[in-house]
Amino acid sequence: MLRTVIAVAAIAIGVTAVAAQSDPIAARKALMKEQGAQTKIGAGMAKGEAPFDLSKAQAIFANYIDTAAKMPELFPPNSKTGGETTAAPKIWEDPAGFKAGFVKLSNEAKAAQSNVKDLDSFKSAFGGVTKNCGGCHESYRVKKS
Amino acid sequence: MLRKLVLLGLAAAIVGLCVFWFVTIPATIPASALAPYTPNAANGREMFYAGGCTSCHATPGQEDRTRLGGGLGLKSPFGTFYVPNISSDPNDGIGKWSEADFLTAMQKGTSPDGRHYFPAFPYGSYQRMRTEDVRDLFAHLKTLPPVQGKVRDHDVPFPFNVRRLVGGWKFLYLDGQPFQGDSARPAEWNRGAYLVNAPGHCAECHSPRTALGGIIAAQRFAGGPNPEGEGWVPNITQKGLGDYSEKDIAYLLETGQTPDGDSVGGSMTTVVRNTAQLTPEDRNAIAAYLKTLAPVEGPKKPEKSKKD
Repeated sequence: MLRTVIAVAAIAIGVTAVAAQSDPIAARKALMKEQGAQTKIGAGMAKGEAPFDLSKAQAIFANYIDTAAKMPELFPPNSKTGGETTAAPKIWEDPAGFKAGFVKLSNEAKAAQSNVKDLDSFKSAFGGVTKNCGGCHESYRVKKS
Repeated sequence: MLRKLVLLGLAAAIVGLCVFWFVTIPATIPASALAPYTPNAANGREMFYAGGCTSCHATPGQEDRTRLGGGLGLKSPFGTFYVPNISSDPNDGIGKWSEADFLTAMQKGTSPDGRHYFPAFPYGSYQRMRTEDVRDLFAHLKTLPPVQGKVRDHDVPFPFNVRRLVGGWKFLYLDGQPFQGDSARPAEWNRGAYLVNAPGHCAECHSPRTALGGIIAAQRFAGGPNPEGEGWVPNITQKGLGDYSEKDIAYLLETGQTPDGDSVGGSMTTVVRNTAQLTPEDRNAIAAYLKTLAPVEGPKKPEKSKKD
């Protein structure tokens, strides 16, 4: 059983890695989409539309940390255009600034993971961490439609 | 006969020039028009953030958004405008301005030395602000730190660099009318309509423009190509925001997050830095008003995306 799980996991990781290499635009879009889905869950709790759930809150920050680790590698020079990407040219003009944004996101998400205990601490941590979304989209994303 | 025609033509040209000259005289507000007034500091701060002054006037890349040294390059189809220093510095900013100077700038689009400002400065919206709100705002700006340094000249080629021509633009697009509310609507709606149309100047970016740079009234708030270059400014009528609840809009203005878990980007990021500072009541009022904007189809987007 354990062997099967490991094998499946290994294949899954392998497939993801290959997908990331062969189609980085699709891979980063999928990551952003998942991050958006997680953020939506968080916003629902922060807005009071859904009850606060600590494990969901932790999963959101875990997703941010995971995304922040994977994203910087998904912008090779041959992925500047195509696939309806909204990546801004500035990503390749200022790679250091771009990567620093993910380090900041990751660090703040880690801090949030250890600070969040209830709805109030979640609201404040979530509000702070998600400032990074706009902080990065301000310069590194261009919506074309 | 030819001589007569030439003379007639010449006379017509002179009359035309006179009319143009008369029509394009920069308007001002005299100090004598202002009654004594004690500014309201809290309202001045609210107007400062509703007006989004820092979005353009804060020096780019600076953490402290209240240092209004200017310098941001604002691209447009007419050239690049460099946003001036409006800090309280007496020499490089507006420290020496009188209240009448400031009102004249905000509501008439005329500088203290009597020249037209380019409408990149959104006085087409600010003209609708209540005089008291502008005076409170001026008092607030005076409390912000002085920043030294004059900003470079605009990089705007001929003929757009002829300031007098801006008078023609004003003749076409500046009506000088204050904000008109709707007494049949609730107070919250009226507050929202005022914030959006007067200080908030939302329509300045969220509307398509004519070749002369005027807002196309029939498509106000219907979005369009980004005047600063690449990208698209979203339609904020119910055509674009039909899926948003009032709460969603207010939450976006507070946090920058859209209902689908995405975040705003581009220039809207700095707008949200301002709207996040408003009172929750004002954000709710903006949301209540936007939800009542009839759906209007905007200009056709250059490419269709499945996602949208």
